Amino acid sequence: MQRFARLFAQLDQTNKTSEKIRALSEYFRDVDPASAAWALYFLSGHKLQRVVPSGLLRQWAIEVADIQQWLFDECYEAVGDLAETISLIVPRSEGRPVDGTLVQWVEQRLMPLRQLTVSEQRQRILTSWQTLDQVACLVFVKLLTGSFRVGVSQKLVVRGIANASGIDAEVLAHRLMGNWQPSAAFYQALVHPDAGDAMLSRPYPFFLANPLEGTPSDLGDVSLWQAEWKWDGIRAQLIRRGAQTFIWSRGEELMQDRFPELESLAQYLPDGTILDGEIIGRRDGIILPFAHMQRRIGSKQLTRKILQEVPVAYLVFDLLEWQGNDLRAEPLSTRRSQLEQVMAELSRTRAAIQPDHEKQWQLSEHDLSDTQDRAQGRAGGTSATMHFLLPDTLKAGSWEELIALRSRSRDEHAEGLMLKRLNSPYRVGRPRGDWWKWKIEPYTVDAVLIYAQRGHGKRASLYTDYTFGVWDGDVLVPFAKAYSGLTDQEIAQVDRFIRQHTLERFGPVRSVQPELVFELAFENIQLSSRHKSGIAVRFPRILRQREDKPISQADSLATIRAMLGAASS
Amino acid sequence: MPILQETPSGLYCEAGDFFVDPWRPVRRAVVTHAHSDHARSGCESYLAARSGAAILQMRLGPHARISFVEYGQSLMIRAARVSLHPAGHMTGSAQVRIEVDGEVCVVSGDYKLQPDPTCTPFEPVRCHTFITESTFGLPLYRWEHPQVVMQEVNAWWLDNQRRGAASLLLGYTVGKAQRLLASVDASIGPIYAHGAVISACRAYRACGVALPEIRSVMDTPTKFDWSQALIVAPPSAMGTTWLRRFGDVSTAMASGWMRVRGIRRRRAVDRGFVLSDHVDWSDLMKAISETGAEHIWVTHGYTQQVVRTLQTRGFSARTVATQFKGEAAGEEAEVSDPAAVDDTNEP
Repeated sequence: MQRFARLFAQLDQTNKTSEKIRALSEYFRDVDPASAAWALYFLSGHKLQRVVPSGLLRQWAIEVADIQQWLFDECYEAVGDLAETISLIVPRSEGRPVDGTLVQWVEQRLMPLRQLTVSEQRQRILTSWQTLDQVACLVFVKLLTGSFRVGVSQKLVVRGIANASGIDAEVLAHRLMGNWQPSAAFYQALVHPDAGDAMLSRPYPFFLANPLEGTPSDLGDVSLWQAEWKWDGIRAQLIRRGAQTFIWSRGEELMQDRFPELESLAQYLPDGTILDGEIIGRRDGIILPFAHMQRRIGSKQLTRKILQEVPVAYLVFDLLEWQGNDLRAEPLSTRRSQLEQVMAELSRTRAAIQPDHEKQWQLSEHDLSDTQDRAQGRAGGTSATMHFLLPDTLKAGSWEELIALRSRSRDEHAEGLMLKRLNSPYRVGRPRGDWWKWKIEPYTVDAVLIYAQRGHGKRASLYTDYTFGVWDGDVLVPFAKAYSGLTDQEIAQVDRFIRQHTLERFGPVRSVQPELVFELAFENIQLSSRHKSGIAVRFPRILRQREDKPISQADSLATIRAMLGAASS
Repeated sequence: MPILQETPSGLYCEAGDFFVDPWRPVRRAVVTHAHSDHARSGCESYLAARSGAAILQMRLGPHARISFVEYGQSLMIRAARVSLHPAGHMTGSAQVRIEVDGEVCVVSGDYKLQPDPTCTPFEPVRCHTFITESTFGLPLYRWEHPQVVMQEVNAWWLDNQRRGAASLLLGYTVGKAQRLLASVDASIGPIYAHGAVISACRAYRACGVALPEIRSVMDTPTKFDWSQALIVAPPSAMGTTWLRRFGDVSTAMASGWMRVRGIRRRRAVDRGFVLSDHVDWSDLMKAISETGAEHIWVTHGYTQQVVRTLQTRGFSARTVATQFKGEAAGEEAEVSDPAAVDDTNEP
């Protein structure tokens, strides 16, 4: 545990990637395979099911530190992290900290806690707190509460393991996709020079696009590129292997039973097929705003009602595996033409066999004709069925034509364009050069800072979480929260302003004298009955402070509603 | 009439017609120590402890009229009996004891109870009213023994030497830097310092504080190999081009604020050493109870939190405003982003 805590401290202490990789590779070289597996598990963002509610941990810490609740809360506000606060206030016993390997701690101390009574849990946890040093105590509480996060990406951890084991990082990344359980055997297989790969459900690492900065003509001849609409949905790989279907989100979450429409169609795909695409809400041939998707994802149960209100479609744009062969090294153009055949085949198969139980997913006549119309239209695509669509690529003879097309993105319910190099392989992660996302300019609104709250982690004790208001008549109504976009220096300035211009405090929230105007950007704006302003925004962020504008010149709800009108027309 | 009153220029003693650590120019100022937020130039005359004479003179300029007294030496200023007592914060730092008609009030300035080779240890002074700082007035602030911290510093330096990286240690120019220099194991390698630190060291040596040999970074040839060196610099050096000359460098900061991860990460230093010239929570409580005072005035830091705690422990406690603007609204302005406001903050 001390060794793992030391790794945590090392990762936390440096801002240099090379140092982090060095620390990681030393760690993975040092420890036993089972501990390595657990370390990888935690560092890559997995967590244990919560062992003890954090409320209890807080209460026990207050008891042993012999302070009052309010004083603990003050400490928490200053630190911004519960586990760290606990580790800083609990008394420590003298003498050498006890140790044990990470796997011993997790499997012999942490996990068995679940079977114990609350008072037994309390006793064991308090003993651990007192005998671990401060950093190890912090790590221990983080594991207990299932909120372990350090400033490393899985990619970095993988590079550390690659360094320690000599196995190529991309091979490791692939072996790590999908579900796995931390164990010595798993880790040994992971770093084995040749582990007869291919677990059935395992997806490929996603290839992600970078935002295009500058002008597209910097990319060279337009004929070397494939352009597509960029959809705002859930990026997903659909796997058909061994007569089973698996749908993975980009966050490497298995989305089983979430999309019955897609799963029931996927059974007509031949084994050994992996598609990449975007899942969107689509009803009557119209793409629904992302908020509808959020509602569907957020609902605990997939009721008939939600299925009818927000049916989904899978907009397929890539083929990663076909007949069990990994196609990722093939150029995009080859993958695309193969994908077109796959989708055509799917349409035929689907038309030939139509079991009754699927009728619920059937198209109405109207839908069919609509889809077919669109398939022939400029923004349409080949429809395998209603729920699997292969959107056409965009034909353009010049960048100017693409620029013109892009300006119509909102009408197409797209966020902009994707530009993909025709001869590019399907890469891992977000390397620059072959895939670019070329989003349209966001909506912008000038709004007034009216509430503020302190941030967490690195921003603990600074006021970084802001609520902005716009005019409704002569009242400022809150309409968006934004946390990002300011530099550390700007945050420090705004923080100072907030402290000096606080009107009222409501717990952690302060109302602030309306004085500062900020330009905010959003990807989208929608009507919402859940928000006080009647408006919901997507991806709000701060572009800059408008020191030139008095608050009287901030935007009004009416202006924003007008944008919304423009967006939905 | 209490011995001290709050005025727009700071704490004022009417019986003696003087101010303690005024933040505007006044006629007579008693100064607890030489940090800029306590010792401001422009007053007609000053009174301070002799042990830090050269440092205060450096701060206030050669023309400032300063009377120096020994610790414990008592003098009458009009109707007030005034004496200075060691505060343990930095060389020459003092608590101001003021007695009027048998009533005793002590202004502690900034202070700590931990040992520090550059200054006389804090001395508890019995009084009726004790005015305390509260920079680190939350129970999460708890200091290790300075010896333990200095072992960490030494180990860090050695480790950097082994890796071939220079060791840049950031600490407040006057006070923290000299405490570090006087405490670090000078046999590990050559020690260098930023120009500002060097000037302060000169004043420290004039006060009789023993410091190891310190070379100036500026006087070193451009192609110098820094990998064995320890360089001591003010926190404001971080992020400047001045750092480029060191090549591969590990950065560290010594401050009480380094106890909190978020603050350390915000400073973007590689290492944080928790070493402070202020009291931690338990020493704060200890110091207060050892004065035997009934009335505690709390200033400069987590004032509200300390006041509330003291009240629940049966003290009569209140906050005293400082010159920091946000304080007027009952805020902890200077504490909130302590490390970011730079070296003005933990003097």
